[in-house]
Amino acid sequence: MIHHAQHSITEGNECFEEVEIRGHIIDSLILPKVLDCISANGGSFRIKQIAIGQARNDPSYALVEVRAGDAAALDVILGQIADHGAVPTTVNDCSLEPADIAGTFPEGFYSTTNQPTEIRLERKWIPVAAQEMDCGVVYDAASGTARCVPMNEIVPGDRVVVGHVGVRVHPEERPHGSQAFEFMNSNVSTEKPKNVAIREISHDLARNRAAGGRTLFVGGPAIVHTGSGESLCQLIRGGYIDVLFAGNAMAAHDIEQALFGTSLGVYLDRGGLAEAGHEHHLRAINRIRRCGGIRAAVEKGILTAGIMYECVRQGVDCVLCGSIRDDGPLPEVVTDVLEAQHAMREKIRGVSFCLMVATTLHSIAVGNLLPSGVKVVCVDINPSTAIKLSDRGTFQTVGLVTDVEPFLRVLVAELSALEATTTEKVQS
Amino acid sequence: MITPQAGPVQPTTENTPQILMCPPNHYGIEYEINPWMCRQRPCDHTAAVTQWRALRQLLEAAGAKIFCMPPVLGMPDLIFTANAALIYQDLAVIARFRYPQRQVEVPQDEHWLATHGFRTCHLPPGMFFEGAGDALFCGDTLFAGYRIRSDIRSHLNLGTLLGCRVIPLELVQPHFYHLDTCFCPLEPGLAIYYPPAFDEYGQRALAESIAELIPVDSDEAQNFACNAVVLGRTVITNSGCPNLHDQLRRHGFEPRETPLGEFVKAGGSAKCLTLRLDGEDAAAWRRAGGRGKKGHVVVSGGSSAASPHPTVLTFRYRKRNHVGQDSNLVYNEESLTPFVP
Repeated sequence: MIHHAQHSITEGNECFEEVEIRGHIIDSLILPKVLDCISANGGSFRIKQIAIGQARNDPSYALVEVRAGDAAALDVILGQIADHGAVPTTVNDCSLEPADIAGTFPEGFYSTTNQPTEIRLERKWIPVAAQEMDCGVVYDAASGTARCVPMNEIVPGDRVVVGHVGVRVHPEERPHGSQAFEFMNSNVSTEKPKNVAIREISHDLARNRAAGGRTLFVGGPAIVHTGSGESLCQLIRGGYIDVLFAGNAMAAHDIEQALFGTSLGVYLDRGGLAEAGHEHHLRAINRIRRCGGIRAAVEKGILTAGIMYECVRQGVDCVLCGSIRDDGPLPEVVTDVLEAQHAMREKIRGVSFCLMVATTLHSIAVGNLLPSGVKVVCVDINPSTAIKLSDRGTFQTVGLVTDVEPFLRVLVAELSALEATTTEKVQS
Repeated sequence: MITPQAGPVQPTTENTPQILMCPPNHYGIEYEINPWMCRQRPCDHTAAVTQWRALRQLLEAAGAKIFCMPPVLGMPDLIFTANAALIYQDLAVIARFRYPQRQVEVPQDEHWLATHGFRTCHLPPGMFFEGAGDALFCGDTLFAGYRIRSDIRSHLNLGTLLGCRVIPLELVQPHFYHLDTCFCPLEPGLAIYYPPAFDEYGQRALAESIAELIPVDSDEAQNFACNAVVLGRTVITNSGCPNLHDQLRRHGFEPRETPLGEFVKAGGSAKCLTLRLDGEDAAAWRRAGGRGKKGHVVVSGGSSAASPHPTVLTFRYRKRNHVGQDSNLVYNEESLTPFVP
């Protein structure tokens, strides 16, 4: 009996292959036959593209993704549907070339995107791990695995993918229906209701925490300058932040605020400049350096409040990256940029949600490292930060143009309201 | 000794059906490439010659003009001219046989067609296509059998080449290994077929594409009832298909039968022994005006992955004499030779 099976996209580590079918595949029922053949053999399919001939004599075309539980099952299906004219779109393995010079790729190397990628070797597709844009792909024959490797980490002998043959990229699919950010169709919104957006972000943070995901917070010193450090502290205490990336400045002014009550010499509680307040951040950095670092200062009871204090207390993974204008810097600050990149890459593993607040350089640096599957919310008073992020390839970014202080204040309030609702539900 | 008679194939100006045959001088069961063939069950050569002659006479009596290509020793299946090519107007798409035993026939087929006014072309290498045995027009649609002999990729290429709708039909019974053993268009919108030779998709595709289908029962299908030659209202089949003949008469056709059992031993019958050069009666293009008179020649082997379309060169007509080596007969042929601008 001819049946039209419901198709589904099965997640997981199953194998799949793209096949195309051409000709008068509708009138001849070849397309339904191929699809039924896939289903009957335990596979699933997704029609990725279809073009139906307009006139009677026009051929049609279908691009179908075929999935099966394992490579052997997929081979059986592909063998059967090939007899009906469905042929894989990729039939060649990728080319590998050994790296000859440390810190360089061979000429013609495949340059990665931030989207899920696979390479084809010995007729099998191998997923590329540690997906990151602007890297190369190195295949390790011993383990049969592939991963993205940045240029400077290449060692001679690494087998690097060259050319585009045998490489396939899977664009991240945007959720359909009433998902988060549905209302924000334009990525950067200056003229959208902020409260609704912030409520959605609070739901995302809560969902990510509940699902055991990791949230990365990338912040700039304006968080402290604007007096919203306490809001961030509340997020950290609430367990909403798992990883913090920042520069020397955010940490230094946070500690200045904890030790002297000022940020850049300005009293945060009452405003106005403190006497010799411009020295406060230097004195704060110096005191931490005398302790041997932020953690040591917390352990010695010298640092007893603030963002960095909460991070140490809550076990948040922190990476502080230095820059050429830094004072001090604080001992934890990584001043070698390649080392800093490396440290960030290590901490990014497992991150599923990223909040970038009030920093352009760190946001773009982190955006470059994140795979496209990580949802990114970029909050900045300057729209160009979010625009730059998208322009540089972190297209999954949702931008929110607003001052950081009201953003964090409302976010904390929304999360409190959400927690209260959840508690009520549990009690009732 | 059968003496092949030959003459130029003229572009059809009247409605005279033109058929290519090959005398069974060297016919025999010399190998086994389908379930009908069995070397332990050889053909009776004298009977085969008698049957072939009777078929020819029947075709001629029905108004057909018969052309003969010279038989070749060692090519017993050359008699099954239906497999030589698919004819579309003045274009002959030459077969790419699946089995090496028949691949040797290709130069003979191509030579004859090319020297009788046809442009010839080959489908790209790496696919199989067995001519009119697996590709039959009914109306403006080409119905094409695949899986056992031809493969479906050849059908895709045919659609591109001819610009027509192609309905591939999977053949699922080894005894009905060519489409012309289980399907025969009678006129646009009417065909006979043996349903079990197709899977359900094929049966449904046929039912949706052809207004009326006359089913053939199993016994008569085994007698090659579907392997019929249609000449206007005359339908010629192997003997032993009375039920089909009754149905044909009810549809206004005049069925004729002639014993072809010696050829059934090799898996062929009336249709397999003939190649309609001016287009089958059911083909819409024939009804619309038939063969084109001249134009260009498609040179074989010119296809590549980059360009799916065969290379096209211009040819001009020239008269010449050709000596048929195998039959020791002199042919007067209107042939084609390359014109290099």
